[in-house]
Amino acid sequence: MASIGVIDYGMGNLHSLGKALERVSDSGRVIISYDPNELLKCDRLVLPGVGGVRECMKELQRLELNEMVAEAARSKPMLGVCLGMQVMLEWSDENGGVPALGLFPGRVTRFPDPPEDGSPNRLKVPHMGWNRVRQVQQHPLWRGVPDQTWFYFVHSYHAVPTNPAHIMGSTDYGASFASAIARDNIAAFQFHPEKSQNYGMMLLANFTQWDPA
Amino acid sequence: MLAKRIIPCLDIDRGRVVKGIKFEDVQDAGDPVEVARKYDAQGADELVFLDITASVDDRPTLFQTVEAVARQIYIPLTVGGGVRNCADVRALLSAGADKVSINTAAVDNPDFVSEAGGRYGVQCIVVAIDAKRVNKKKEPVRWEVFTHGGRKSTGLDAIEWARTIVQKGAGELLVTSIDRDGTKGGYDNELLRAISDAVSVPVIASGGVGTLEHLYDGFHDGGVDAVLAASIFHQGTYSVGEAKQFLTDKGLLVRR
Repeated sequence: MASIGVIDYGMGNLHSLGKALERVSDSGRVIISYDPNELLKCDRLVLPGVGGVRECMKELQRLELNEMVAEAARSKPMLGVCLGMQVMLEWSDENGGVPALGLFPGRVTRFPDPPEDGSPNRLKVPHMGWNRVRQVQQHPLWRGVPDQTWFYFVHSYHAVPTNPAHIMGSTDYGASFASAIARDNIAAFQFHPEKSQNYGMMLLANFTQWDPA
Repeated sequence: MLAKRIIPCLDIDRGRVVKGIKFEDVQDAGDPVEVARKYDAQGADELVFLDITASVDDRPTLFQTVEAVARQIYIPLTVGGGVRNCADVRALLSAGADKVSINTAAVDNPDFVSEAGGRYGVQCIVVAIDAKRVNKKKEPVRWEVFTHGGRKSTGLDAIEWARTIVQKGAGELLVTSIDRDGTKGGYDNELLRAISDAVSVPVIASGGVGTLEHLYDGFHDGGVDAVLAASIFHQGTYSVGEAKQFLTDKGLLVRR
């Protein structure tokens, strides 16, 4: 039976993501675990995450999950969500600068803080709420999801992939930023599909059926 | 661009949605899952649950409620009421809340906000500020922070407090005007504007909504990022969909 492993490194809220995956994967099992061996047996993996990147990388290393992710990333369909996306790049500026997993070339940087002058169109940080995602390239995960669909975001840092071909979706917040990235068997979203109503569910359902080979 | 958010607020007492005027004359208004589902279908951008259960013995009931709602509703859920320490934060997040709202405990110990934000991420830490005008007539306007449902003065200037607590790690502020709460006369937009301009994080307006125009005024005059409303939605005066249509017609960007 097909199984989806949700990587539990002790931070953040896996409840919603786990429940959402259970709902969309009618025949598959959803396994929430921090055991690298158990996770390596799963057919596909989800790397979630909220919180700070330093703590996240520390926990991934302590639990020997970073090596497991690197190994699984060679072949298994893998999905990063929010901070789980950010740690897939090489480096994050958060917490004074932290080297990350490096599954995608590029870095993670902070939105500029708004000026303290009360100008009417200044942008608050965190970027919090519903924003649209432009599908800048076709991808099996977009199946059935209209271009410019609204998704729920909450983050202060965003990915800057070096290779523009890795950008799968982009979003405007002041400037345009990469809100979805993909290469080979790996995809990642800055927004929260598990908090984005029906089209979020559809993205997760597409992931459970994604066959990148 | 980012959409302006509309957030219905539900008062929860021992696992039921209740409505009442300022904690008096409280009436049962339904099952939280059913009410949450209704607002989700109407296009609510998030939901806020405020637990008003008096007894701490009934706390597990809240966790069950949060769990039941989070299992079925796929939009963000904020839970507030009686959040005192990191164990409370963790328990609510584990039950399925996406954010927790902290009020009195932030005033008692601002470092609690830093600790919770550091541990669980600032994005899930909402600090609720209940503010009241305290200047005398002809004096410049000044707001003070109150706790315990507006009964206890803290001596803190609301604008200064907003700045302080954001530095401590609040990811969002929920600002309620005690003067306006329950009046249906509109938000205190002067207060909202002052706080919104003073901080870098999103601000949610609360307290005083009676018409759809008031929601618009909160965005336009108050400069907020989201509006919270209870009675206009609960009493069926307006649906969330009607509110969004109104705001769209006025030229604001909302998710539809």
